[in-house]
Amino acid sequence: MFPSAVGSKLLMAATGLAILLFVLGHLAGNLQFFGGPDVINTYALHLRDLGPLLWVARLGLLAAFALHLSLAVSLTRRNSLARPEGYAFQTDFPQSSVASRHMWLTGWLILAFVVFHLAHFTFQWTHPEYRELHWKASDGREGHDVYSMIIKGFSQPFLVGLYIVAQVFLWLHLSHAVSSMLQTLGLKNPRNEKLLDLAGPVLATIIFVGYVSIPLAVLLGVVKPIVISSG
Amino acid sequence: MKLKLHVWRQSGPHAKGHIEEHLLDNVSPHSSFLEMMDQLNEELQSKGKEPVAFDSDCREGICGSCSMVINGRPHGPWKGTTTCQLHMRAFKDGDEIWIEPFRAKAFPVVKDLVVDRGAFDRIVQAGGYITVRTGSAPEANLTPIPKSDADTAFDAAACIGCGACVAVCKNASATLFLSAKVSHLAHVPQGEPERMKRVKSMVAQMDAETFGACTNTGDCTQVCPKEIGQNHINTLNREYLRAISFDNSNASANTGSAG
Repeated sequence: MFPSAVGSKLLMAATGLAILLFVLGHLAGNLQFFGGPDVINTYALHLRDLGPLLWVARLGLLAAFALHLSLAVSLTRRNSLARPEGYAFQTDFPQSSVASRHMWLTGWLILAFVVFHLAHFTFQWTHPEYRELHWKASDGREGHDVYSMIIKGFSQPFLVGLYIVAQVFLWLHLSHAVSSMLQTLGLKNPRNEKLLDLAGPVLATIIFVGYVSIPLAVLLGVVKPIVISSG
Repeated sequence: MKLKLHVWRQSGPHAKGHIEEHLLDNVSPHSSFLEMMDQLNEELQSKGKEPVAFDSDCREGICGSCSMVINGRPHGPWKGTTTCQLHMRAFKDGDEIWIEPFRAKAFPVVKDLVVDRGAFDRIVQAGGYITVRTGSAPEANLTPIPKSDADTAFDAAACIGCGACVAVCKNASATLFLSAKVSHLAHVPQGEPERMKRVKSMVAQMDAETFGACTNTGDCTQVCPKEIGQNHINTLNREYLRAISFDNSNASANTGSAG
């Protein structure tokens, strides 16, 4: 049986929460870039070492994405069918934010970015030369040089611009999504209402600043590439 | 006051409608919006034209009959006010006013500004009732209710079922209305026996009536003449989650009488 409108929204909120937790975890991982090559490359090595667990997480995330998207399609369809004829006189909406009325659009733009991001850094289809980057720590550990890959990737102003624009869409999406998710899951009460309404914009801003800091730091030369000193 | 009105005219449920312009003079700023409409209709009738059909009943803001979307806002520009309680002093001399019916697939236009809000009645029939022993009234103080619960239930019970929430919602969703009914009975012990079945049946009926889903944009609360809060939508979601998790009884939407 297909879920009801209220049930669909509950699933939308639950899958959204799963994706949000990933976004936060991914950010925490990425910020280790600022710790230098050994820190982020060791982190990447640990991720690889998870083996089957990593795939459980990946498949779970993929399932959450797939469900979130298909529910978005069915809910948007339901909503557009609910008002076949609109109003002749258009006025400002009484309260709703621009973000809340364009979740459909920002959602698709974020998906497009995610696909590009996977092709860029994860599968390295757009830049196969990233695969050659090798890291060897002073204590002998070695693996893929994620640090240099980030530096190379974000040395291109065009790519930095693209990543920042994508983060603006993510900010818009999350600024409504987080508070909306908390209401859909029934977690609001008169005492925490103001706090939870703030949670969306605040969390979205933290995520935005966190993610944008990396490409900007590289482009502005705050973080320098590894220099191999020659004798 | 002199006004230029743009009014939606539609001769019947299946007829094609259009916006009709009327100039109305000598409108008193002290008259209510519906009195202004009465004045328009008197003029139309004196010219042998068909008057504009619109819903009204109590004209004191408590029955939920009057509707109309005035300049893009259900019940017009004043907050916490029904159309009948909106007064012409809200407008200026020379203003243009657009008057349209509530728009939703679940609220089909009957004529001009009159829409069929029977969908709301069917949602209430699906679960908005309680089991009571009829006959002699029980002792009033026999069932204690915490003050905060009584207050919340009363806030929800203030819903007059006018449909402004549906009219303003970008999704034409009836969630605020439904949440008021569910939250009202979920906060008092009298609603306990049907608590689980109620929310499931009413949600199923809302779907059957082709209303949209909630995006939590909050526009509904802003236009609600009784200012029903978003907290009731939160309660509805919690009640529904509880019901689908712990209740095995079947809920069925009353699709037979729809439409």
